[in-house]
Amino acid sequence: MLDFPRWKKIWLWGLTLVVMLAALPSLFSTANLTWPEALPDPTVNLGLDLAGGSHILLEAEPSKVAAQRLESMEESVRSVMRRAEPRVRIGDVSTRNGSLSFMLDDSSQVDMARELILPLSNGEGLIREWDIAVVDESRFVLTQTPQGVDNAVTAAMDSATEVVRKRIDSLGTREPTIIRQGDDRIVVQVPGLEDPEQLKALLGKTAKLEFKLVDQSALPSDVAQGIAPPGSQIFPYAPTSDFPGQSLAVKRLGGIKGDSLVDARQSFDQQDNEPVVTIQFDQQGGSKFAKLTSENVGKPFAIILDGEVLSAPNINEPILGGGAQISGGFTAETANNLAISLRSGALPVDLAVVEERTVGAELGADSIRKGVLAMMIGSVAVIALMVATYGRFGVYATIALAFNVLMILGIMAILNTTLTLPGLAGFLLTIGAAVDANVLINERIREERNKGRRVVQAVENGYREASRAIYDANITNFIAGVLLFLFGSGPIRGFAIVLILGLFTSVFTAVVLTRMWVAGWLRKSRPSELHI
Amino acid sequence: MRLLKLVPDNTNIKFLKFRVPFYVVSLLLIAASWGLVLTKGLNYGVDFAGGQEILATFEDRPDAPIPELRQSIGALPEIGEPVIQRFGAENQVSIRVKLPESVQGDKEAADRIKSMIVGSLQSDYPSIRIDGADSVSGKVSGEFREKAVYALLAAMIAIALYIWIRFEWQFGVGALFALFHDVSLTLGMFSLFQMEFGLQIIAAILAIIGYSLNDTIVVYDRIRENLKKYRRMPLPELLDLSVNETLARTVMTSLTLLVALVPLLAFGPASLFGLTAAITLGIFVGTYSSVYMAAPILIWLGVNSNSFVPQETVAERQDRIARGGEDPAA
Repeated sequence: MLDFPRWKKIWLWGLTLVVMLAALPSLFSTANLTWPEALPDPTVNLGLDLAGGSHILLEAEPSKVAAQRLESMEESVRSVMRRAEPRVRIGDVSTRNGSLSFMLDDSSQVDMARELILPLSNGEGLIREWDIAVVDESRFVLTQTPQGVDNAVTAAMDSATEVVRKRIDSLGTREPTIIRQGDDRIVVQVPGLEDPEQLKALLGKTAKLEFKLVDQSALPSDVAQGIAPPGSQIFPYAPTSDFPGQSLAVKRLGGIKGDSLVDARQSFDQQDNEPVVTIQFDQQGGSKFAKLTSENVGKPFAIILDGEVLSAPNINEPILGGGAQISGGFTAETANNLAISLRSGALPVDLAVVEERTVGAELGADSIRKGVLAMMIGSVAVIALMVATYGRFGVYATIALAFNVLMILGIMAILNTTLTLPGLAGFLLTIGAAVDANVLINERIREERNKGRRVVQAVENGYREASRAIYDANITNFIAGVLLFLFGSGPIRGFAIVLILGLFTSVFTAVVLTRMWVAGWLRKSRPSELHI
Repeated sequence: MRLLKLVPDNTNIKFLKFRVPFYVVSLLLIAASWGLVLTKGLNYGVDFAGGQEILATFEDRPDAPIPELRQSIGALPEIGEPVIQRFGAENQVSIRVKLPESVQGDKEAADRIKSMIVGSLQSDYPSIRIDGADSVSGKVSGEFREKAVYALLAAMIAIALYIWIRFEWQFGVGALFALFHDVSLTLGMFSLFQMEFGLQIIAAILAIIGYSLNDTIVVYDRIRENLKKYRRMPLPELLDLSVNETLARTVMTSLTLLVALVPLLAFGPASLFGLTAAITLGIFVGTYSSVYMAAPILIWLGVNSNSFVPQETVAERQDRIARGGEDPAA
């Protein structure tokens, strides 16, 4: 029990020192000292509640993904039918209730149409993304399978995360963390950012750019009432445009989407010096754009951003160079924001800010300063109490306590975890558990001495008998900690991590290390009386 | 040097003499707590209610113009009654606005309202410093509530199961009951004083559970040991003995935690006050529940000295009686 062979001592001291060394960089950085660059420096990350910064939780709207999917399915179906040889004529197209249905003009083409659609309905790896049904001999109904919608949402969220990353990088902020969370959320954390408004303005824009031909046949009175001619749809003008409050009818199909952009820059219009955004298409987009503009010279086309018309200029001449200019009442700043958003690509799905937390660096630093002061006062009081009550054993206990704190910091640094305010509560509980372990042991040794046991035996029994309660208490708390981590959210997890780590270190320092020190002392000075 | 002894050796306090009245009082307190929580409710912070909390410092003023703020922010559209309190120094405030019912379904409402309040503050008081701003949508806050409840329940049940396995089922029930007592009273206290209840307080409740559990297990461990040692001692007496034997440890541990917590209450950051206050309270409640809730319930649940002795089979008993051993059934 009190027998510590040399290999065991070396092993225990080695482990202690290694873990404690890992805590050093963190201590240096909180004390504003510089850590030598030659050495590796894993540090404990301070949560935004301690370090200051912004945390934003974005949530997608999966139902909109399904709607977009339906729209692009309609375009695909129309285009394969048109390109088929012989051409398959369809009519009475409807996209209600999340399914696409259409009627064949010639019911003898059913088998051919099915052959054409089949490749569109399967996703990767033979997963059926659409169910195809034929009713009344010639009406096709394509329904999205839940699996298909799920896949689309996952893909949309993956690329949305990339887009968010690109946009945030363009702000030049330091060390942002961008993580997918769950099925439809993205967490963005930017240390040091105290005014997240610009960030939110940037992330709130889908930046879905479309060029669509204006439907000149639409009656202005119908458009004002929101009635679109067949094949057209109505978009409102943007508040910054020349006709705020009005709407415009555009042809639903046959336009160009802005997803084939290779570049977008803020610049100034050469004629009136207004801020504009100059965009550059890739080769495919460029040739589509050239085709659209050459076929429609003299007609107006609408530039639509996120469902709002920015402007609807006339096509004066074919635009063949693959570049275009977007105007629409910009300021230099809004034009620049739009350019960034366009450059980083459109968000495949709308994102809403559902949670935002910002902590000023001042407040964070104040929390740390006051917390450290209070903890120092508390530590002095605890040390005084322990030493006054248990003498030498109290000294061992407080050294073990200091080691415990350093070891938790060290492990957190190695695992690269984050320390938050609730984490500090976990620290407190851990310190309590460590103190309690030593109190249990020392009280037990007192009891054993009172029963008249000899010194070595009293110490041995003290450690052995107390260990049972200590282990039981720690294991139950460990179970609680693991469950909290699994079921809890943000701050609760921060608490749980410290709690779990702290249980291991407190048992190690308060039970194992102190026993080694006590054993060493007993062996060396062979006391006949215990002062405890 | 004479060492400090907070509790004399060999105390013999009859703790369990008043177990029935204490139990009645505690059950009433639990009922009252739940009554309060159900009728008066908890004062949810933005984590759980949705809405926004803004911390601000008026840098060029000695104190914050709270009545003025109440009026100007209360007048903004789309906003319910704001809760404006001093937070930290005299010139620092916390402004809390819950999401009104009308915008519960609107994901971005909380964010929009936040921008409006911050804008209004900055135009009215140009030298104001915004120290922090949290906005939580109704959906996210609902999830936080749900997850917090699941986490608490899962932790409590798993703890009870472990203690059942390590001790006996009566002990599992006792520990669960003691935890239920602690959580109930803490919630009742928060409801009574309408203290802000947020995710941090959940962390505090977890710390209380952890501490109370530690205490309960220490007492239970001693009970188990004494049950094996003193086979013929009546249970109430044995429980008293166990509590007395662990009394020095209980007092010492509680005291060390208190001396660590009190400076944090007095000098710690304002953002930790609610959490520290809850833990401090929990130390008293947790200690009390280990002695007066977790221990006496063992008497009523029928723990006896055979609980920790392997049951002998019929064959073993006959064998023992055949060799001249006593027959307790006779």
